[in-house]
Amino acid sequence: MKQEGQPETVPASPVRSHQSALARRKRLRQIVIPYMFLLPFLILFALFLVLPLAYAFGLGIFEERLVGGSTFVGADNYLRAFHDRLFWSGIRRMVTFGVFQIPLMLGLALVFALVLDSGLVWFRSMFRLGFFLPYAVPSVVAALIWGYLYGPTFGPFTQIANYLDVPPPDFLSESWMLASIANIVTWEFVGYNMIILYAALQAIPSELRDAGAVDGAKNWQIALYIKIPLIAPALLLTCIFSIIGTLQLFTEPSIMESLAPGVIVDSYTPNLFPWNLAFTNQEYNYSAAISFALGAVVVVCSYVFMLATNRGRISH
Amino acid sequence: MTSPGGKTTLASRLWRTKAATTALLVLFLIYSLLPIFYLVVSATKDNATLFSSFGLWFASSFNVFSNLHDVFTYDNGVYVNWLWNTAYYSISSAVGAAFVSTIAGYAFAKFRFPGHTLWFAVILGSIMVPQTALVIPTYFLLSKIALIDTPLAVILPSLVSPFGVYLMRVYAEQAVPDDLLDAARVDGAGELRIFWSVAFRVLVPGFVIVLLLSFVATWNNYFLPLVVLSTPELYPLTIGLASWNDLAGAGGGAHSLYPLVITGALVAVVPIIFAFLFLQRYWQGGLTFGSLKD
Repeated sequence: MKQEGQPETVPASPVRSHQSALARRKRLRQIVIPYMFLLPFLILFALFLVLPLAYAFGLGIFEERLVGGSTFVGADNYLRAFHDRLFWSGIRRMVTFGVFQIPLMLGLALVFALVLDSGLVWFRSMFRLGFFLPYAVPSVVAALIWGYLYGPTFGPFTQIANYLDVPPPDFLSESWMLASIANIVTWEFVGYNMIILYAALQAIPSELRDAGAVDGAKNWQIALYIKIPLIAPALLLTCIFSIIGTLQLFTEPSIMESLAPGVIVDSYTPNLFPWNLAFTNQEYNYSAAISFALGAVVVVCSYVFMLATNRGRISH
Repeated sequence: MTSPGGKTTLASRLWRTKAATTALLVLFLIYSLLPIFYLVVSATKDNATLFSSFGLWFASSFNVFSNLHDVFTYDNGVYVNWLWNTAYYSISSAVGAAFVSTIAGYAFAKFRFPGHTLWFAVILGSIMVPQTALVIPTYFLLSKIALIDTPLAVILPSLVSPFGVYLMRVYAEQAVPDDLLDAARVDGAGELRIFWSVAFRVLVPGFVIVLLLSFVATWNNYFLPLVVLSTPELYPLTIGLASWNDLAGAGGGAHSLYPLVITGALVAVVPIIFAFLFLQRYWQGGLTFGSLKD
């Protein structure tokens, strides 16, 4: 993506005033003008991204005491987070969630994208649009609809089970809840990921596709050995976005909490935890420390994942 | 394999493959559309039939108009406020974020300047910073300057879109030829004028993509407004519907609120689905080019 052909700083030539004016303008163009274009973003970036992060970190190293007000406590809050079983139980829960849900969701998205791309199917645009439609549904509404579908009072699954006289599935129970939430997230995002992968597949030059076909490769071989390696960057992108999304899951469990109180505990996800700490327990400093720690966990996880996959790609 | 018989087997095998894959995708299509179908069906039921009739089919009574009437008049028509707020927050955030990202992306694509690489690396890295780490501290910061519980508390943080800057940089690199800019410079046009009258015109499709992505993100956002807003009149639809659902779940006589939540949810979904249907060309392009470059 490097841009060639842009001249480096041209030394001002005193020979012709016209040229030196041009050089001055060039310097202006190289510093003042770009920053003028960047400034609005940089200001907002500083105020609403850098500052909150720094502030969260800062709050985390203080403790509000009844006597003496705000006291410097150093790493205490962070050490507490590190040893907090509730915080880690949320992270463990989301790792379990991600280990099953992300491969399932991206696997489906990849298969559908490959099928649509291969042309071995009818009604392509209908499927593309239909699969993507859930993405347009706000996650609050998605969680509400699925919550009602799961529900024991007027949910259709319970109704069918009652009609067939079999015990109704209790999707909102403690043992089912994580799978129930995974289903909602899968429903919301398979189509979104499919569109990203499909677009990447469509961008594969036709010479490469045809080369495989000429060699007599079967469709699945072309998919596995030609197409999938070529869309690796897009797959990586969807993986990283999924990891980030999973670790900060909030909306779905928080809606489920009102439908199944008691099942979703305050620390159910690592993102519900600081929210409850701040607005139920009024533990602002510790909540900020948890927010910051979670941010760090997410960034570290994404980087580790990126490094791991990059290494894999280089060694191949 | 050139005999007519061979051709037929090949054609029929192709036909069978197509039938099998289509059947597979139809199954998933049913799964994708079932909840939306359920929402439409349930919005036609009153409270009694919601509980007594089969959830996945229409009841004998048809109450969609009385449900809509209830949605828009319940609690002094607070739903109308929510709808208006959602539109207001989403449109301002989308226009602002798209504009700010476009000029920043243009700067990264078309200028070399000190700090170019560093800034871009920082912005790219910040895509990974989760909203979680930002929302609660943002709440504390905004309370200090009395911006909490105001529309700006939702709009201002939504203007920051590092991913939008990345998309616009990629887009501007492809769409705006350097020759075009140089030609305008030789003509003596100022950089601002060049941007407005030359570059921006070419950048409009990218601008629309970031606009759409930000619009949807704000329309669907739950966590940020939940934390920074506390006055029900300022709620967007997502928070409002969740609060009605809480009321309905609280039991007592409040069960009658379920048709309101369901019909209200349907009304909240319709505009965004139409936006997607009509602007297909744009969002498909938008989800595309971010992933093509690495």
